[in-house]
Amino acid sequence: MSSFAPAARPAAGTTADHHQGVTLARVVRSEWTKLWSLRSTRWALSVTLLLTVGIGVLACAVFSARWPHLNPSDRARFRPLRVSLAGVNLAQLSIGVLGVLVMTGEYTTGMIRSTFCAVPTRLPVLWAKGIVFAAVTFVLSLPAVLVVFFAGQSILSARHVQISFSHPGVARAVIGAALFLTVMGIFGLGIGAIVRHTAGGIVTLVAIMFVLPPILGLLPSSWSDAINPYLPSSAAGTLWTITPDAHTLAPWAGFALFCGYAAASILIAAALIARRDT
Amino acid sequence: MIEATGLTKRYGEKVAVRDLSFAVRGGVVTGFLGPNGSGKSTTMRLILGLDAPDAGSATVNGRRYRDHAAPLREVGALLEARSVHTGRSAFNHLWALARTHGIDRRRVTELIEMVGLSEVARKRAGQFSLGMGQRLGIAAALLGDPETIMLDEPVNGLDPEGIQWVRNLLKSLAAEGRTVFVSSHLMSEMALTAEHLIVIGRGELIADMPTAEFVQRASKKAVRVLSPDAHLLQELLAAPDVEIDAAEPGVLVIAGLSAQRIGETAAANGVVLHELTPLQATLEEAFMELTQDAVEFHAAEPAIEQAAA
Repeated sequence: MSSFAPAARPAAGTTADHHQGVTLARVVRSEWTKLWSLRSTRWALSVTLLLTVGIGVLACAVFSARWPHLNPSDRARFRPLRVSLAGVNLAQLSIGVLGVLVMTGEYTTGMIRSTFCAVPTRLPVLWAKGIVFAAVTFVLSLPAVLVVFFAGQSILSARHVQISFSHPGVARAVIGAALFLTVMGIFGLGIGAIVRHTAGGIVTLVAIMFVLPPILGLLPSSWSDAINPYLPSSAAGTLWTITPDAHTLAPWAGFALFCGYAAASILIAAALIARRDT
Repeated sequence: MIEATGLTKRYGEKVAVRDLSFAVRGGVVTGFLGPNGSGKSTTMRLILGLDAPDAGSATVNGRRYRDHAAPLREVGALLEARSVHTGRSAFNHLWALARTHGIDRRRVTELIEMVGLSEVARKRAGQFSLGMGQRLGIAAALLGDPETIMLDEPVNGLDPEGIQWVRNLLKSLAAEGRTVFVSSHLMSEMALTAEHLIVIGRGELIADMPTAEFVQRASKKAVRVLSPDAHLLQELLAAPDVEIDAAEPGVLVIAGLSAQRIGETAAANGVVLHELTPLQATLEEAFMELTQDAVEFHAAEPAIEQAAA
Protein backbone atom coordinates (compact mmCIF):
# COMPACT_ATOMS: atom_id res chain seq x y z
CA MET A 1 0.00 0.00 0.00
CA SER A 2 2.91 2.33 0.68
CA SER A 3 3.82 2.09 -2.99
CA PHE A 4 0.76 4.18 -3.71
CA ALA A 5 2.96 7.21 -3.07
CA PRO A 6 0.52 9.70 -1.57
CA ALA A 7 3.33 12.17 -0.99
CA ALA A 8 3.80 12.72 -4.70
CA ARG A 9 0.26 13.83 -5.41
CA PRO A 10 -1.07 17.36 -5.26
CA ALA A 11 -3.58 18.41 -2.64
CA ALA A 12 -7.10 17.08 -3.09
CA GLY A 13 -9.13 19.02 -5.61
CA THR A 14 -6.19 20.47 -7.52
CA THR A 15 -6.93 20.43 -11.21
CA ALA A 16 -4.38 18.69 -13.35
CA ASP A 17 -1.97 20.86 -15.28
CA HIS A 18 -2.61 20.91 -18.97
CA HIS A 19 0.69 19.20 -19.72
CA GLN A 20 -0.59 16.16 -17.85
CA GLY A 21 -3.70 15.93 -19.97
CA VAL A 22 -4.89 14.04 -23.01
CA THR A 23 -3.53 15.25 -26.34
CA LEU A 24 -3.95 13.82 -29.84
CA ALA A 25 -0.23 12.97 -29.91
CA ARG A 26 -0.63 10.96 -26.71
CA VAL A 27 -3.69 9.15 -28.01
CA VAL A 28 -1.70 8.30 -31.15
CA ARG A 29 1.06 6.79 -28.96
CA SER A 30 -1.57 4.83 -27.05
CA GLU A 31 -3.08 3.49 -30.28
CA TRP A 32 0.40 2.59 -31.52
CA THR A 33 0.91 0.49 -28.40
CA LYS A 34 -2.53 -1.06 -28.80
CA LEU A 35 -1.94 -2.03 -32.42
CA TRP A 36 1.40 -3.74 -31.84
CA SER A 37 0.52 -5.38 -28.54
CA LEU A 38 -1.97 -7.74 -30.18
CA ARG A 39 -0.52 -10.94 -31.54
CA SER A 40 -3.33 -11.14 -34.10
CA THR A 41 -2.41 -7.78 -35.69
CA ARG A 42 1.27 -8.68 -35.90
CA TRP A 43 0.43 -11.98 -37.56
CA ALA A 44 -2.13 -10.54 -39.94
CA LEU A 45 0.20 -7.78 -41.09
CA SER A 46 3.17 -10.11 -41.61
CA VAL A 47 1.11 -12.68 -43.49
CA THR A 48 -0.43 -9.96 -45.66
CA LEU A 49 2.99 -8.64 -46.64
CA LEU A 50 4.40 -12.11 -47.28
CA LEU A 51 1.44 -13.02 -49.47
CA THR A 52 1.59 -9.72 -51.37
CA VAL A 53 5.18 -10.44 -52.29
CA GLY A 54 4.80 -14.23 -52.54
CA ILE A 55 1.75 -14.28 -54.82
CA GLY A 56 3.25 -11.68 -57.16
CA VAL A 57 6.58 -13.49 -57.42
CA LEU A 58 4.84 -16.82 -57.90
CA ALA A 59 2.56 -15.43 -60.62
CA CYS A 60 5.53 -13.94 -62.47
CA ALA A 61 7.47 -17.19 -62.14
CA VAL A 62 4.54 -19.19 -63.52
CA PHE A 63 4.16 -16.89 -66.54
CA SER A 64 7.90 -16.89 -67.11
CA ALA A 65 8.06 -20.68 -67.03
CA ARG A 66 4.98 -21.14 -69.22
CA TRP A 67 5.76 -18.33 -71.66
CA PRO A 68 7.03 -20.56 -74.56
CA HIS A 69 3.80 -22.59 -74.34
CA LEU A 70 1.36 -19.64 -74.24
CA ASN A 71 -0.77 -19.08 -77.33
CA PRO A 72 -0.73 -15.66 -79.03
CA SER A 73 -4.00 -14.48 -77.49
CA ASP A 74 -2.72 -15.24 -73.96
CA ARG A 75 0.49 -13.43 -74.80
CA ALA A 76 -1.50 -10.45 -76.08
CA ARG A 77 -3.52 -10.29 -72.87
CA PHE A 78 -0.43 -10.55 -70.67
CA ARG A 79 0.00 -7.54 -68.36
CA PRO A 80 3.38 -7.60 -66.57
CA LEU A 81 2.48 -4.88 -64.03
CA ARG A 82 -0.82 -6.46 -63.11
CA VAL A 83 0.68 -9.92 -62.71
CA SER A 84 3.44 -8.70 -60.40
CA LEU A 85 0.84 -6.88 -58.26
CA ALA A 86 -1.51 -9.90 -58.16
CA GLY A 87 -1.03 -10.19 -54.38
CA VAL A 88 -2.55 -6.76 -53.82
CA ASN A 89 -5.95 -8.29 -54.62
CA LEU A 90 -5.63 -10.44 -51.50
CA ALA A 91 -3.93 -7.76 -49.45
CA GLN A 92 -6.88 -5.39 -49.97
CA LEU A 93 -9.15 -7.91 -48.30
CA SER A 94 -6.90 -8.59 -45.33
CA ILE A 95 -6.01 -4.92 -44.76
CA GLY A 96 -9.71 -4.01 -44.97
CA VAL A 97 -10.64 -6.76 -42.52
CA LEU A 98 -7.81 -5.73 -40.19
CA GLY A 99 -9.16 -2.17 -40.31
CA VAL A 100 -12.57 -3.48 -39.25
CA LEU A 101 -10.94 -5.48 -36.43
CA VAL A 102 -8.95 -2.54 -35.09
CA MET A 103 -12.29 -0.97 -34.21
CA THR A 104 -14.59 -3.93 -33.50
CA GLY A 105 -11.97 -5.61 -31.30
CA GLU A 106 -12.50 -2.78 -28.84
CA TYR A 107 -16.25 -3.10 -28.87
CA THR A 108 -16.56 -6.87 -28.68
CA THR A 109 -14.12 -7.17 -25.75
CA GLY A 110 -15.44 -4.16 -23.82
CA MET A 111 -12.04 -2.41 -24.13
CA ILE A 112 -13.88 0.55 -25.64
CA ARG A 113 -15.17 1.47 -22.16
CA SER A 114 -11.62 1.71 -20.80
CA THR A 115 -10.61 3.63 -23.91
CA PHE A 116 -13.45 6.15 -23.62
CA CYS A 117 -12.83 6.56 -19.88
CA ALA A 118 -9.27 7.59 -20.72
CA VAL A 119 -10.37 9.76 -23.65
CA PRO A 120 -13.94 10.83 -22.87
CA THR A 121 -14.07 13.23 -25.81
CA ARG A 122 -13.92 10.02 -27.89
CA LEU A 123 -13.21 11.41 -31.36
CA PRO A 124 -9.42 11.65 -30.82
CA VAL A 125 -9.52 7.85 -30.50
CA LEU A 126 -10.98 7.52 -34.01
CA TRP A 127 -8.50 10.02 -35.48
CA ALA A 128 -5.58 8.34 -33.71
CA LYS A 129 -6.58 4.87 -34.85
CA GLY A 130 -6.87 6.18 -38.41
CA ILE A 131 -3.48 7.93 -38.29
CA VAL A 132 -1.68 4.92 -36.79
CA PHE A 133 -3.27 2.29 -38.98
CA ALA A 134 -2.84 4.34 -42.16
CA ALA A 135 0.80 5.09 -41.38
CA VAL A 136 1.58 1.47 -40.54
CA THR A 137 -0.21 0.16 -43.63
CA PHE A 138 1.53 2.59 -45.96
CA VAL A 139 4.99 2.17 -44.46
CA LEU A 140 4.75 -1.61 -44.66
CA SER A 141 2.97 -2.00 -47.99
CA LEU A 142 5.10 0.47 -49.97
CA PRO A 143 8.31 -1.61 -49.66
CA ALA A 144 6.24 -4.76 -50.25
CA VAL A 145 4.83 -3.55 -53.59
CA LEU A 146 8.21 -2.13 -54.66
CA VAL A 147 9.95 -5.41 -53.81
CA VAL A 148 7.39 -7.53 -55.62
CA PHE A 149 7.37 -5.22 -58.64
CA PHE A 150 11.14 -5.31 -59.12
CA ALA A 151 11.45 -9.01 -58.22
CA GLY A 152 8.59 -9.88 -60.58
CA GLN A 153 9.94 -7.82 -63.45
CA SER A 154 13.41 -9.31 -63.06
CA ILE A 155 11.87 -12.80 -63.31
CA LEU A 156 9.91 -11.74 -66.42
CA SER A 157 13.01 -10.17 -67.96
CA ALA A 158 14.23 -13.69 -68.75
CA ARG A 159 11.47 -13.70 -71.41
CA HIS A 160 11.90 -10.01 -72.25
CA VAL A 161 8.28 -9.30 -71.35
CA GLN A 162 9.00 -7.11 -68.30
CA ILE A 163 7.84 -3.52 -67.92
CA SER A 164 10.12 -0.73 -66.71
CA PHE A 165 9.48 1.41 -63.61
CA SER A 166 10.04 4.45 -65.84
CA HIS A 167 7.33 3.36 -68.29
CA PRO A 168 4.50 5.96 -68.20
CA GLY A 169 2.15 5.35 -65.29
CA VAL A 170 4.06 2.45 -63.76
CA ALA A 171 5.59 4.38 -60.86
CA ARG A 172 2.16 5.89 -60.15
CA ALA A 173 0.56 2.45 -60.21
CA VAL A 174 3.12 0.76 -57.95
CA ILE A 175 3.14 3.52 -55.35
CA GLY A 176 -0.61 3.81 -55.94
CA ALA A 177 -1.06 0.20 -54.81
CA ALA A 178 0.36 1.14 -51.40
CA LEU A 179 -1.82 4.25 -51.28
CA PHE A 180 -4.87 2.19 -52.20
CA LEU A 181 -4.18 -0.36 -49.43
CA THR A 182 -3.80 2.48 -46.95
CA VAL A 183 -7.18 3.98 -47.84
CA MET A 184 -8.71 0.50 -47.85
CA GLY A 185 -7.60 0.15 -44.22
CA ILE A 186 -9.26 3.47 -43.36
CA PHE A 187 -12.45 2.37 -45.12
CA GLY A 188 -12.47 -0.84 -43.03
CA LEU A 189 -11.84 1.15 -39.87
CA GLY A 190 -14.82 3.40 -40.58
CA ILE A 191 -17.08 0.45 -41.34
CA GLY A 192 -15.92 -1.29 -38.15
CA ALA A 193 -16.71 1.81 -36.09
CA ILE A 194 -20.18 2.10 -37.63
CA VAL A 195 -21.13 -1.58 -37.29
CA ARG A 196 -19.23 -2.35 -34.03
CA HIS A 197 -19.52 -6.14 -34.50
CA THR A 198 -16.70 -8.07 -36.12
CA ALA A 199 -18.78 -10.42 -38.26
CA GLY A 200 -21.16 -7.67 -39.34
CA GLY A 201 -18.28 -5.35 -40.16
CA ILE A 202 -16.47 -7.92 -42.29
CA VAL A 203 -19.66 -8.90 -44.11
CA THR A 204 -20.42 -5.23 -44.86
CA LEU A 205 -16.92 -4.64 -46.20
CA VAL A 206 -16.94 -7.79 -48.35
CA ALA A 207 -20.43 -6.99 -49.62
CA ILE A 208 -19.42 -3.49 -50.72
CA MET A 209 -16.11 -4.49 -52.30
CA PHE A 210 -16.75 -7.94 -53.71
CA VAL A 211 -20.50 -8.68 -53.87
CA LEU A 212 -21.87 -5.42 -55.20
CA PRO A 213 -19.96 -5.58 -58.54
CA PRO A 214 -21.35 -8.95 -59.75
CA ILE A 215 -24.86 -7.94 -58.66
CA LEU A 216 -24.52 -4.75 -60.68
CA GLY A 217 -23.45 -6.91 -63.63
CA LEU A 218 -26.94 -8.42 -63.70
CA LEU A 219 -28.50 -5.06 -64.57
CA PRO A 220 -28.96 -4.01 -68.19
CA SER A 221 -25.53 -2.98 -69.46
CA SER A 222 -26.55 0.62 -70.13
CA TRP A 223 -27.30 0.95 -66.42
CA SER A 224 -24.39 -0.99 -65.08
CA ASP A 225 -21.93 0.83 -67.39
CA ALA A 226 -23.22 4.14 -66.09
CA ILE A 227 -23.11 3.14 -62.43
CA ASN A 228 -19.96 1.00 -62.44
CA PRO A 229 -17.32 3.78 -62.44
CA TYR A 230 -18.71 5.08 -59.17
CA LEU A 231 -18.73 1.83 -57.21
CA PRO A 232 -16.17 1.76 -54.37
CA SER A 233 -14.64 -1.39 -55.85
CA SER A 234 -14.19 0.19 -59.32
CA ALA A 235 -12.89 3.46 -57.92
CA ALA A 236 -10.50 1.45 -55.76
CA GLY A 237 -8.85 -0.27 -58.71
CA THR A 238 -8.04 2.74 -60.90
CA LEU A 239 -4.84 3.96 -59.32
CA TRP A 240 -2.77 0.79 -59.35
CA THR A 241 -3.21 -0.24 -62.97
CA ILE A 242 -2.04 1.20 -66.30
CA THR A 243 -4.51 -0.86 -68.31
CA PRO A 244 -7.86 0.29 -66.93
CA ASP A 245 -11.01 -1.80 -67.34
CA ALA A 246 -13.82 -0.38 -69.42
CA HIS A 247 -16.20 1.97 -67.64
CA THR A 248 -13.89 3.22 -64.90
CA LEU A 249 -12.76 6.69 -63.93
CA ALA A 250 -9.31 8.11 -64.63
CA PRO A 251 -6.65 6.91 -62.11
CA TRP A 252 -6.54 9.89 -59.76
CA ALA A 253 -10.25 10.70 -60.16
CA GLY A 254 -11.12 7.13 -59.20
CA PHE A 255 -8.73 7.20 -56.28
CA ALA A 256 -10.18 10.51 -55.11
CA LEU A 257 -13.65 8.97 -55.20
CA PHE A 258 -12.44 5.96 -53.19
CA CYS A 259 -10.89 8.35 -50.67
CA GLY A 260 -14.29 10.04 -50.55
CA TYR A 261 -15.98 6.73 -49.66
CA ALA A 262 -13.41 6.11 -46.93
CA ALA A 263 -13.81 9.67 -45.62
CA ALA A 264 -17.59 9.25 -45.61
CA SER A 265 -17.32 6.04 -43.56
CA ILE A 266 -15.07 7.83 -41.05
CA LEU A 267 -17.37 10.85 -40.80
CA ILE A 268 -20.46 8.70 -40.27
CA ALA A 269 -18.49 6.75 -37.65
CA ALA A 270 -17.47 10.01 -35.95
CA ALA A 271 -21.06 11.24 -35.79
CA LEU A 272 -22.21 7.92 -34.31
CA ILE A 273 -19.32 7.59 -31.83
CA ALA A 274 -19.93 11.10 -30.50
CA ARG A 275 -23.53 10.41 -29.56
CA ARG A 276 -23.87 6.68 -28.97
CA ASP A 277 -24.03 5.07 -25.53
CA THR A 278 -21.17 2.69 -24.89
CA MET B 1 -16.29 14.73 -4.98
CA ILE B 2 -19.06 13.31 -7.14
CA GLU B 3 -22.38 15.09 -7.59
CA ALA B 4 -25.44 13.78 -9.37
CA THR B 5 -28.41 16.04 -9.99
CA GLY B 6 -31.70 14.67 -11.22
CA LEU B 7 -30.01 11.88 -13.20
CA THR B 8 -32.50 10.02 -15.35
CA LYS B 9 -31.81 7.31 -17.92
CA ARG B 10 -34.19 5.28 -20.01
CA TYR B 11 -33.33 2.31 -22.18
CA GLY B 12 -36.32 2.02 -24.48
CA GLU B 13 -39.36 1.65 -22.26
CA LYS B 14 -37.42 0.72 -19.14
CA VAL B 15 -36.37 3.46 -16.75
CA ALA B 16 -32.97 2.43 -15.38
CA VAL B 17 -32.40 5.50 -13.21
CA ARG B 18 -35.03 8.04 -12.19
CA ASP B 19 -34.33 11.53 -10.89
CA LEU B 20 -31.31 10.49 -8.86
CA SER B 21 -29.54 13.19 -6.83
CA PHE B 22 -26.72 12.66 -4.38
CA ALA B 23 -23.25 13.85 -3.45
CA VAL B 24 -20.23 11.72 -2.58
CA ARG B 25 -17.65 13.48 -0.42
CA GLY B 26 -13.99 12.85 0.15
CA GLY B 27 -12.36 11.29 3.19
CA VAL B 28 -14.72 8.36 3.71
CA VAL B 29 -15.66 5.27 1.78
CA THR B 30 -19.17 5.73 0.40
CA GLY B 31 -21.04 2.57 -0.45
CA PHE B 32 -23.44 2.49 -3.36
CA LEU B 33 -25.94 -0.16 -2.50
CA GLY B 34 -28.77 -1.77 -4.36
CA PRO B 35 -29.99 -5.14 -5.57
CA ASN B 36 -28.81 -6.36 -8.96
CA GLY B 37 -30.50 -4.38 -11.70
CA SER B 38 -31.28 -1.41 -9.46
CA GLY B 39 -29.28 1.00 -11.63
CA LYS B 40 -25.88 1.17 -9.91
CA SER B 41 -23.83 0.40 -12.99
CA THR B 42 -25.97 2.68 -15.12
CA THR B 43 -25.41 5.52 -12.66
CA MET B 44 -21.66 4.97 -12.80
CA ARG B 45 -21.70 4.91 -16.61
CA LEU B 46 -23.66 8.18 -16.59
CA ILE B 47 -21.09 9.76 -14.26
CA LEU B 48 -18.28 8.67 -16.61
CA GLY B 49 -20.10 9.90 -19.71
CA LEU B 50 -20.15 6.42 -21.26
CA ASP B 51 -23.93 6.76 -21.49
CA ALA B 52 -25.72 10.08 -21.90
CA PRO B 53 -28.46 10.87 -19.37
CA ASP B 54 -31.98 11.67 -20.63
CA ALA B 55 -32.22 14.30 -17.91
CA GLY B 56 -30.05 15.69 -15.14
CA SER B 57 -26.29 15.82 -14.93
CA ALA B 58 -23.31 14.49 -13.04
CA THR B 59 -20.07 16.22 -12.17
CA VAL B 60 -16.81 14.95 -10.73
CA ASN B 61 -14.56 17.37 -8.87
CA GLY B 62 -16.79 20.18 -10.08
CA ARG B 63 -16.88 19.40 -13.80
CA ARG B 64 -18.49 16.97 -16.17
CA TYR B 65 -16.17 14.00 -16.57
CA ARG B 66 -15.59 14.66 -20.26
CA ASP B 67 -14.65 18.28 -19.60
CA HIS B 68 -11.57 17.32 -17.63
CA ALA B 69 -8.29 17.76 -19.52
CA ALA B 70 -6.79 14.76 -17.73
CA PRO B 71 -9.73 12.56 -16.70
CA LEU B 72 -7.63 9.61 -15.46
CA ARG B 73 -5.84 11.97 -13.07
CA GLU B 74 -9.21 13.09 -11.68
CA VAL B 75 -11.23 9.89 -11.57
CA GLY B 76 -10.22 6.26 -11.59
CA ALA B 77 -12.97 3.82 -12.43
CA LEU B 78 -13.41 0.08 -12.34
CA LEU B 79 -16.40 -0.92 -14.41
CA GLU B 80 -18.39 -4.02 -13.64
CA ALA B 81 -18.22 -5.70 -17.01
CA ARG B 82 -14.76 -6.66 -18.24
CA SER B 83 -13.32 -3.69 -20.07
CA VAL B 84 -10.07 -5.18 -21.32
CA HIS B 85 -9.04 -6.50 -24.73
CA THR B 86 -8.62 -10.24 -24.18
CA GLY B 87 -5.66 -10.47 -26.55
CA ARG B 88 -3.52 -7.87 -24.81
CA SER B 89 -1.24 -8.47 -21.82
CA ALA B 90 -1.91 -6.82 -18.48
CA PHE B 91 1.17 -4.67 -18.88
CA ASN B 92 0.29 -3.49 -22.38
CA HIS B 93 -3.32 -2.82 -21.38
CA LEU B 94 -2.19 -0.47 -18.62
CA TRP B 95 0.61 0.97 -20.73
CA ALA B 96 -1.78 1.85 -23.59
CA LEU B 97 -4.12 3.63 -21.14
CA ALA B 98 -1.20 5.34 -19.40
CA ARG B 99 0.14 6.76 -22.67
CA THR B 100 -3.06 8.76 -23.30
CA HIS B 101 -2.08 10.85 -20.27
CA GLY B 102 1.71 10.78 -20.59
CA ILE B 103 1.95 8.55 -17.51
CA ASP B 104 5.32 6.76 -17.49
CA ARG B 105 6.19 3.07 -17.58
CA ARG B 106 7.48 3.14 -14.01
CA ARG B 107 4.01 3.91 -12.73
CA VAL B 108 2.58 0.97 -14.71
CA THR B 109 5.16 -1.46 -13.29
CA GLU B 110 4.61 -0.06 -9.80
CA LEU B 111 0.85 -0.64 -10.00
CA ILE B 112 1.22 -4.14 -11.42
CA GLU B 113 3.36 -4.97 -8.39
CA MET B 114 0.95 -3.30 -6.03
CA VAL B 115 -2.07 -5.29 -7.23
CA GLY B 116 -0.01 -8.49 -7.23
CA LEU B 117 0.01 -9.25 -10.97
CA SER B 118 3.80 -9.13 -11.54
CA GLU B 119 4.01 -12.83 -12.32
CA VAL B 120 1.34 -12.67 -15.03
CA ALA B 121 1.93 -9.14 -16.36
CA ARG B 122 3.00 -10.49 -19.77
CA LYS B 123 0.15 -12.98 -20.06
CA ARG B 124 -2.87 -12.20 -22.17
CA ALA B 125 -5.74 -10.80 -20.12
CA GLY B 126 -8.13 -13.27 -21.75
CA GLN B 127 -6.51 -16.04 -19.72
CA PHE B 128 -7.05 -14.23 -16.42
CA SER B 129 -9.41 -15.47 -13.72
CA LEU B 130 -12.20 -13.14 -12.63
CA GLY B 131 -10.16 -12.16 -9.58
CA MET B 132 -7.08 -11.33 -11.64
CA GLY B 133 -9.28 -9.31 -13.99
CA GLN B 134 -10.57 -7.33 -11.01
CA ARG B 135 -7.01 -6.64 -9.85
CA LEU B 136 -6.12 -5.44 -13.33
CA GLY B 137 -9.20 -3.19 -13.35
CA ILE B 138 -8.23 -1.74 -9.98
CA ALA B 139 -4.70 -1.07 -11.25
CA ALA B 140 -6.21 0.76 -14.24
CA ALA B 141 -8.37 2.83 -11.90
CA LEU B 142 -5.32 3.94 -9.92
CA LEU B 143 -3.10 4.75 -12.94
CA GLY B 144 -3.52 8.51 -12.78
CA ASP B 145 -3.29 8.66 -8.98
CA PRO B 146 -6.81 10.12 -9.04
CA GLU B 147 -8.54 12.20 -6.40
CA THR B 148 -11.79 10.33 -6.95
CA ILE B 149 -12.08 6.55 -7.20
CA MET B 150 -15.21 4.80 -8.38
CA LEU B 151 -15.37 1.01 -8.29
CA ASP B 152 -18.26 -1.13 -9.48
CA GLU B 153 -18.46 -4.37 -7.47
CA PRO B 154 -14.69 -4.55 -6.84
CA VAL B 155 -14.73 -7.67 -4.68
CA ASN B 156 -16.62 -9.78 -7.23
CA GLY B 157 -14.65 -12.92 -7.92
CA LEU B 158 -11.91 -12.21 -5.40
CA ASP B 159 -10.72 -14.79 -2.90
CA PRO B 160 -10.90 -13.95 0.83
CA GLU B 161 -7.36 -12.60 0.80
CA GLY B 162 -8.20 -10.41 -2.19
CA ILE B 163 -11.37 -9.14 -0.53
CA GLN B 164 -9.37 -8.18 2.55
CA TRP B 165 -6.86 -6.43 0.32
CA VAL B 166 -9.57 -4.39 -1.43
CA ARG B 167 -11.13 -3.37 1.90
CA ASN B 168 -7.80 -2.13 3.22
CA LEU B 169 -7.01 -0.37 -0.03
CA LEU B 170 -10.34 1.47 -0.06
CA LYS B 171 -9.94 2.57 3.52
CA SER B 172 -6.39 3.78 3.01
CA LEU B 173 -7.42 5.70 -0.11
CA ALA B 174 -10.23 7.38 1.82
CA ALA B 175 -7.89 8.10 4.72
CA GLU B 176 -5.74 10.10 2.29
CA GLY B 177 -8.74 12.35 1.74
CA ARG B 178 -9.80 10.87 -1.57
CA THR B 179 -13.38 10.34 -2.62
CA VAL B 180 -14.07 6.61 -2.72
CA PHE B 181 -17.36 5.43 -4.20
CA VAL B 182 -17.91 1.67 -4.24
CA SER B 183 -20.94 -0.21 -5.44
CA SER B 184 -22.07 -3.56 -4.16
CA HIS B 185 -25.19 -5.65 -3.91
CA LEU B 186 -23.81 -7.22 -0.72
CA MET B 187 -24.76 -5.43 2.47
CA SER B 188 -22.31 -7.36 4.58
CA GLU B 189 -19.43 -6.15 2.43
CA MET B 190 -20.57 -2.54 2.72
CA ALA B 191 -20.97 -2.85 6.49
CA LEU B 192 -17.28 -3.64 6.70
CA THR B 193 -15.95 -0.96 4.38
CA ALA B 194 -18.39 1.91 3.94
CA GLU B 195 -18.96 4.66 6.44
CA HIS B 196 -21.63 6.29 4.36
CA LEU B 197 -24.29 4.66 2.19
CA ILE B 198 -26.25 5.68 -0.83
CA VAL B 199 -28.96 3.11 -1.35
CA ILE B 200 -31.01 2.76 -4.51
CA GLY B 201 -33.77 0.44 -5.59
CA ARG B 202 -35.41 0.34 -9.00
CA GLY B 203 -33.32 3.30 -10.07
CA GLU B 204 -34.54 5.58 -7.29
CA LEU B 205 -32.84 6.89 -4.18
CA ILE B 206 -33.91 5.06 -1.03
CA ALA B 207 -31.43 6.34 1.51
CA ASP B 208 -28.39 8.59 1.78
CA MET B 209 -26.98 8.40 5.32
CA PRO B 210 -24.18 7.07 7.52
CA THR B 211 -24.03 3.28 7.52
CA ALA B 212 -24.61 3.07 11.28
CA GLU B 213 -27.73 5.18 11.04
CA PHE B 214 -29.01 3.13 8.14
CA VAL B 215 -28.74 -0.08 10.15
CA GLN B 216 -30.27 1.48 13.21
CA ARG B 217 -33.23 2.99 11.42
CA ALA B 218 -34.11 -0.11 9.59
CA SER B 219 -33.52 -2.66 12.29
CA LYS B 220 -35.93 -4.03 14.81
CA LYS B 221 -34.16 -4.61 18.11
CA ALA B 222 -34.40 -8.16 19.33
CA VAL B 223 -32.88 -10.25 22.11
CA ARG B 224 -31.87 -13.89 21.94
CA VAL B 225 -32.41 -15.95 25.07
CA LEU B 226 -31.20 -19.49 25.81
CA SER B 227 -32.92 -21.06 28.75
CA PRO B 228 -33.86 -24.58 29.96
CA ASP B 229 -37.14 -22.97 31.13
CA ALA B 230 -37.95 -21.29 27.82
CA HIS B 231 -41.62 -22.20 28.03
CA LEU B 232 -42.06 -20.62 31.42
CA LEU B 233 -40.19 -17.49 30.39
CA GLN B 234 -42.31 -17.19 27.28
CA GLU B 235 -45.46 -17.16 29.39
CA LEU B 236 -44.02 -14.65 31.85
CA LEU B 237 -43.03 -12.21 29.10
CA ALA B 238 -46.16 -12.47 26.99
CA ALA B 239 -47.67 -9.04 26.31
CA PRO B 240 -49.52 -7.40 23.39
CA ASP B 241 -46.50 -5.47 22.06
CA VAL B 242 -43.98 -8.26 22.59
CA GLU B 243 -43.12 -10.64 19.78
CA ILE B 244 -41.62 -13.96 20.75
CA ASP B 245 -40.18 -16.39 18.27
CA ALA B 246 -39.68 -19.85 19.77
CA ALA B 247 -38.75 -21.75 16.67
CA GLU B 248 -36.06 -23.89 18.33
CA PRO B 249 -36.49 -25.65 21.64
CA GLY B 250 -34.80 -23.75 24.47
CA VAL B 251 -34.22 -20.66 22.29
CA LEU B 252 -36.34 -17.52 22.26
CA VAL B 253 -35.91 -14.50 20.02
CA ILE B 254 -37.78 -11.67 21.67
CA ALA B 255 -38.65 -8.34 20.08
CA GLY B 256 -40.17 -5.42 21.97
CA LEU B 257 -38.34 -5.85 25.30
CA SER B 258 -34.85 -4.82 26.34
CA ALA B 259 -32.28 -7.38 27.52
CA GLN B 260 -32.38 -5.67 30.90
CA ARG B 261 -36.16 -6.20 31.34
CA ILE B 262 -35.92 -9.83 30.24
CA GLY B 263 -33.04 -10.51 32.66
CA GLU B 264 -34.88 -8.89 35.56
CA THR B 265 -38.08 -10.82 34.87
CA ALA B 266 -36.14 -14.09 34.72
CA ALA B 267 -34.31 -13.37 37.99
CA ALA B 268 -37.52 -12.38 39.79
CA ASN B 269 -39.12 -15.69 38.81
CA GLY B 270 -36.07 -17.90 39.32
CA VAL B 271 -35.75 -18.78 35.61
CA VAL B 272 -32.26 -19.97 34.66
CA LEU B 273 -30.70 -18.18 31.67
CA HIS B 274 -27.78 -19.63 29.71
CA GLU B 275 -27.55 -16.76 27.28
CA LEU B 276 -28.98 -13.27 26.92
CA THR B 277 -27.83 -11.54 23.73
CA PRO B 278 -29.11 -8.28 22.21
CA LEU B 279 -29.27 -8.80 18.45
CA GLN B 280 -28.33 -6.09 15.96
CA ALA B 281 -30.18 -6.51 12.72
CA THR B 282 -27.65 -7.23 10.01
CA LEU B 283 -27.21 -4.78 7.23
CA GLU B 284 -28.52 -7.49 4.94
CA GLU B 285 -31.82 -7.58 6.82
CA ALA B 286 -32.04 -3.82 7.01
CA PHE B 287 -31.48 -3.64 3.31
CA MET B 288 -34.05 -6.28 2.48
CA GLU B 289 -36.58 -4.45 4.57
CA LEU B 290 -35.89 -1.13 2.89
CA THR B 291 -35.85 -2.38 -0.65
CA GLN B 292 -38.82 -4.72 -0.34
CA ASP B 293 -41.01 -1.92 -1.48
CA ALA B 294 -38.78 0.88 -2.53
CA VAL B 295 -41.60 3.16 -3.59
CA GLU B 296 -43.65 2.76 -0.45
CA PHE B 297 -40.68 3.51 1.77
CA HIS B 298 -39.90 6.47 -0.40
CA ALA B 299 -43.35 7.95 0.15
CA ALA B 300 -43.45 7.20 3.86
CA GLU B 301 -40.08 8.66 4.78
CA PRO B 302 -39.44 11.77 2.72
CA ALA B 303 -37.52 13.28 5.63
CA ILE B 304 -34.59 10.95 5.06
CA GLU B 305 -33.97 12.23 1.57
CA GLN B 306 -34.29 15.86 2.48
CA ALA B 307 -31.94 15.53 5.41
CA ALA B 308 -29.37 13.92 3.16
CA ALA B 309 -29.66 16.42 0.34
